[in-house]
Amino acid sequence: MHVEVDEPKCVSAGLCVMSAPDVFDQRDDDGVVILLDSDPDTALDEEVREAAGLCPAAAIRLVEK
Amino acid sequence: MAETQTDTADTAGGPGPEFPMPRAAGCPFAPPPALEELRDASPVAKVRIWDGSTPWFITGHAQQRAILTDPRLSNDDHIGDFPHVSAYRAQIAPHTPKLITNTDAPEHTRLRRMVNGPLLLKRVEKMRPAIQKIVDDLIDDMLAGPQPADLLTALALPVPSLVISELLGVRYEDHEFFQHNSSTALDRDVAPEVARAASAALSGYLDKLLTEKLASPGDDAMSEMAARVTAGEMTHTEAVHMGVAMLIAGHETTATMISLGTLALFQNPEQLELLRDSDDPKFVAGAVEELLRYLSIVHSGLRRVAREDIEIDGQLIRAGEGVVVEISAANWDTKAFPGADRLDLTRNARLHNAFGFGPHQCLGQSLARVELQVVYSTLYRRVPTLRLATAFDQLEFEESGTTYGVRSLPVTW
Repeated sequence: MHVEVDEPKCVSAGLCVMSAPDVFDQRDDDGVVILLDSDPDTALDEEVREAAGLCPAAAIRLVEK
Repeated sequence: MAETQTDTADTAGGPGPEFPMPRAAGCPFAPPPALEELRDASPVAKVRIWDGSTPWFITGHAQQRAILTDPRLSNDDHIGDFPHVSAYRAQIAPHTPKLITNTDAPEHTRLRRMVNGPLLLKRVEKMRPAIQKIVDDLIDDMLAGPQPADLLTALALPVPSLVISELLGVRYEDHEFFQHNSSTALDRDVAPEVARAASAALSGYLDKLLTEKLASPGDDAMSEMAARVTAGEMTHTEAVHMGVAMLIAGHETTATMISLGTLALFQNPEQLELLRDSDDPKFVAGAVEELLRYLSIVHSGLRRVAREDIEIDGQLIRAGEGVVVEISAANWDTKAFPGADRLDLTRNARLHNAFGFGPHQCLGQSLARVELQVVYSTLYRRVPTLRLATAFDQLEFEESGTTYGVRSLPVTW
């Protein structure tokens, strides 16, 4: 799975960090998403899908390989 | 297509039922029966609100998730037939400055990023030990006091008030002042001038506090906003109004979740037992999500307006038409949550809409989660015999505020 994030859309809800902390982080000052791993291990697929589904700003895009 | 048009004539084209709707007697946790019927028949319909207008009414879970992330839907209450929640809110809308609650991207994104620092997940997690101490101390005080106690005043209100005071840099000694004015400002049943006076009192209070923090900053959110005002990143007025919003939003919601959640657990003793016996933080976190779903305390509907035409579920919402999104209907939608009328702490309830959805989803959700996780994982374990001290049918429920909850919760142990 390939992961892309749309920074301008991000509203810093933090749900991606809650769901998949190995893949997403937040900038300290304004909480904008930081993508730690754009091609995470398949073992994390479920977490990553949940993160994308929970994102209220629809700022996470997944490309299935 | 013909069927859709018939549906439109029956539901959307008619005057529609009135919203809010009454709940069934003796059934305090369930959404109003008429609301559930409407959702199952027409998840996109129309209702009539207090001023006689008939905004669109979105009740299905899938339909809410779709429309709340649609960029054509707006929070700008200056445009079209915005469906205001009360006469007071309609009156003040033209005079309200730009806030995160009444703007759209990119202005909304800019304002939100200005103020969300103290509420970010990692920052809030660092407050967990302090929140634990607040909860432990309040439980000590309750246990040392008379029985029965009112859980609302002993724990439910002081927890979020103490936490938001610490976070914002507000003096907790002033809590009676700001609790009273917060609930008055949000009460749909009070006269507009009474709500306005309460709101003005809070603005005056935060204005004074911001001025103090500009002169002598501390380690708190108002001081962070003061620094942004000094740097020219936000205006003094924006900071004051944001401070008021944070002070108000923090406590009635969380207090209601603590008291009504405890009542729901009393009524579901096997679920209370699961929570009391678990020392797994993941289970507790999941239980909080399920209680958020089941209780759906924000019951006055999210208010929006269409900027452009939006087609959803075969219905056409035209530019300028108002939209009301009712949370409990979606959170009890069996298409999303099978057996939705059952409180089941083992369920994966994370896709609930209790904090709203879309770019305006609750700014304080991480803080609320940590407060509720700490309270629910501490209270029943420390007070295993905690129980209701009055007959269930003697309890009075609050329907006119922002949240649906219980007016007091007498408990004994």
